[in-house]
Amino acid sequence: MKLLNSEETKRICDRVMSLSKADECSVSIAGSRTGNIRYARNNVSTAGLVEDTQLVVQVAFGKKQGTASINEFDDKSLEKVVRRAEDLARLAPENPEFVPAVRKQAFRPTDTFNAKTAAIDPEFRAQVAAYSIEASRKSKLVAAGFFTDRTAFQAIANSNGVFGHQGETGLDFTCTVRTEDGRGSGWVKRSANDVARFDAREASDVAIEKALRSADAKALEPGRYTVILEPAATSDLLGYMFGGFDARRADEGRSFLSKKGGGTRLGEKLFDEQVNIWADPWNPDVPVLPWDQRTMLPRERMALIKDGKVAALDYSLFWAKKQGVRPVGAPGNIIMAGTSKSTAELIANTKKGVLVTRTWYIRMVDPQSVLLTGLTRDGTFYIENGKIKHPIKNFRFNESPVTMLNNIDEIGKPQIIGGDESQFAMAIPPMRVRDFNFTSLSDAV
Amino acid sequence: MERRAFLNISGLALGTMLVPIFGNAVAADELLSPLADKFKKTLADTALNAATAAGASYCDVRIGRYLNQFITTRDLNVENVTNTESAGVGVRVICNGAYGFAATSDMSPDSVAAAARQAVAIAKANAKLQVEPVRLAPVKGVGEVKWATPIKKDWRAVPIKEKSELLIAANKAGLDGGANFMQSLMFQVNQQKYFASTDGSYIDQDIHRMWMPVYATAVDKATNKFRSRQGLSSPVGMGYEYLDARPEDKVKAAGGVCTLYKNSYDLIEDARACGRQAKEKLTAKSVVPGKYDLVLSPEHMWLTIHESVGHPTELDRVLGYEANFAGTSFATIDKWQTKKFKYGAERVNIVADKVVPGSLGAVGYDDEGVKTKRWDIIRDGILVNYQATRDQAHMIGEKESHGCSYADSWSSVQFQRMPNISLEAGQKKLTPDEMIKDVKKGIYIVGDGSFSIDQQRYNFQFGGQLFYEIKDGKIVAPLEDVAYQSNTQEFWSACSAICDERDWRMGGSFFDGKGQPSQSSTVSHGSSTTRFNGINVINTARKIG
Repeated sequence: MKLLNSEETKRICDRVMSLSKADECSVSIAGSRTGNIRYARNNVSTAGLVEDTQLVVQVAFGKKQGTASINEFDDKSLEKVVRRAEDLARLAPENPEFVPAVRKQAFRPTDTFNAKTAAIDPEFRAQVAAYSIEASRKSKLVAAGFFTDRTAFQAIANSNGVFGHQGETGLDFTCTVRTEDGRGSGWVKRSANDVARFDAREASDVAIEKALRSADAKALEPGRYTVILEPAATSDLLGYMFGGFDARRADEGRSFLSKKGGGTRLGEKLFDEQVNIWADPWNPDVPVLPWDQRTMLPRERMALIKDGKVAALDYSLFWAKKQGVRPVGAPGNIIMAGTSKSTAELIANTKKGVLVTRTWYIRMVDPQSVLLTGLTRDGTFYIENGKIKHPIKNFRFNESPVTMLNNIDEIGKPQIIGGDESQFAMAIPPMRVRDFNFTSLSDAV
Repeated sequence: MERRAFLNISGLALGTMLVPIFGNAVAADELLSPLADKFKKTLADTALNAATAAGASYCDVRIGRYLNQFITTRDLNVENVTNTESAGVGVRVICNGAYGFAATSDMSPDSVAAAARQAVAIAKANAKLQVEPVRLAPVKGVGEVKWATPIKKDWRAVPIKEKSELLIAANKAGLDGGANFMQSLMFQVNQQKYFASTDGSYIDQDIHRMWMPVYATAVDKATNKFRSRQGLSSPVGMGYEYLDARPEDKVKAAGGVCTLYKNSYDLIEDARACGRQAKEKLTAKSVVPGKYDLVLSPEHMWLTIHESVGHPTELDRVLGYEANFAGTSFATIDKWQTKKFKYGAERVNIVADKVVPGSLGAVGYDDEGVKTKRWDIIRDGILVNYQATRDQAHMIGEKESHGCSYADSWSSVQFQRMPNISLEAGQKKLTPDEMIKDVKKGIYIVGDGSFSIDQQRYNFQFGGQLFYEIKDGKIVAPLEDVAYQSNTQEFWSACSAICDERDWRMGGSFFDGKGQPSQSSTVSHGSSTTRFNGINVINTARKIG
């Protein structure tokens, strides 16, 4: 099925809502065409294209709610999906936390669609793989990588008059290059919604250089070190932390943002005053849809951390109503203020320290302090007197992003990065951080 | 990799709750009627004929219908009930020595034939880049056969009301037990999978799985402390009968610290214990870091086995096919070839299987039409084998596939996925209480917690649900802030005792991720309570702001 335009989705949404006999009806339609190519051992292993369009209908009778979805769009199917949602709503118990659908909203479009990205074809994908395979072969290295591009749209509507439609594009590229003897490994990640900002050669060369430089790593004693964390080393740590900005959990006393004796730490200074982080759907580097699909509310430019103080918490519709707070659309991106300094400049300003390319397999150890554990991977280096001295073995860390953002020495220029396991689009800078806690050594390369 | 999606669903992570939608929602009454056998065979033959006519030397077709139901509750409210269905056809071919794959949700003969031709076209294009042709280990066609998970009670026939009420009763028990907040969920899965291949197999399978996690949180606002305890059930390859708790399936944990469950589960009883123990954790003693002898219950062991033995012995990882995402493995081919590579102590015997009843991995045939079986991975502490599919068997000198190919949907291409990987019970009679008598300074850990391991599976760190200090052969007090860090080979070499088969139980993962694009699989891991001597334990308590 082709990607639907605004008029086509409006017609479907109106038809669905006219079929519903429920007290209220919300509709969302999401369609995507995702292409990918995967390679390993310097060979393409799989390549594919997946197209899918889904219609989700949510209805309510009083406080009883039901949801159903379908991927067919003829009249009979539309009728069927509405009846199914209504049947489930009738079967469901009353939800005391039910909140009616939001009123009509105005959405100011964001720049999430790029025609050139939408035009990526199998030849382009094959060429991406070919660049990194050929360059790796030439250097007697072994490449494994994954390139994926996505062209999509989302439409939302409800029986109170909400309607929105917008297209989206995006690409992600990751590449791991290893030495033939397995003693060196380098990695790169690039994300963009505009293909013009992506250069497969430049990206592959970063992974190749790191692979070559990382061989013959020496062991450094675990302990607290000054570190330069590249954006891919902090993206998932920040993703975890912002996942915990939920107001309800904070109010209920089960969050690191809960206050002793009750209430939340909103407004308190929890981080170094250099830390300024905000969300902005219109940001040209990491644009996201102007609404939050879950609530159908508009996203806003909003400070999350301002001068080191907690500036906003994330409220569900129910919790906002209960606490008397104006609800806003949940953020889709995270933007951190930086400077114009490159990672190389941060290295040059470092007397002794560790450069971390990325972190991996990060898991929550204790939500009370957001203590996270994970490992460095694919390019960890020792810095002395402003220069990379030699590669070092990977470390396991046990560290809280709250502590990390308190120990910032110097901040560089923000870069676009997607987390491995985080849903946020991010623009975050490399950072030099004091006393980062490495707790053991890993033999992994 | 045990994916973080699981944590989001649990609601214990910092994120908001995300309920996975694997397909299209359908009403309950429509779930019970399967697709007709004749329809599936005709459709499969259409694809096989179209592929061979287009030049394929091999073709397999998977016609899948995946039905799920998820119920989520919070305290005394049902938050959501979702039924999903996904149906379609996936066609995999070999042409000119290369693979091609295409899938369609349109189950008309024309569309399925077109998908088969598209798969052949992709294979032809891939063949130009292929260095070495795909070599499939032989499989003899089995004709028309059927296999089904041996269930006693079909979840699809149990009314939503009954299931919702059970979850709410569990939450109430947890709140009565001492929790401030409760959450419980019920995942119910039915996969109707029809496989056909040019080898002459037409295999119809009906697979059922269940999982009902429960989470309790206790809060002390005066000290600003909160602690959680999750349920000790296991995801299972069973029907709804798993929830009909039988007294003979209940096991007292060492020192009687809680009740554990074997082939059936008392949700309400465990939920009550969750509430009580979440509250107890608020005042438990913080661990003194150092070396301890660890006594690990099967409810904890499964995840350590999964990460430190299951993933490193996946042959595709070993060979480098997962290098860009999940990583590679320390258990390299050259080590295995020596036939002397000591993975662990001599008492460590680890087996792979896809046949143990009630396990998540149990099926009659894998997604390449290979009859499932059991084989050794580690024997007497030595690495003896890996997990291989048809196209990998020849790489380790095997004549047949191990039968561990799996695709998570009709629209995903099948590849090597972890079978059940389990630690054999000890030969000598030994109970957990007897095991503890020999421990001077130790910690007894029950249930799985935080987990992380490096990309070659050397260095790991694990938490747990319940921790108890062992002093001079006795459990003395609950502990908190415990995590252990070790290295796979050192850890398994420190294995000093394994309880006997009376204590053998399975745990498992409902959301094991692998591949790019990522696919999710389910897998069980069995063991008895096991002891590891002199393991490094860290204290995880931190102060912020």
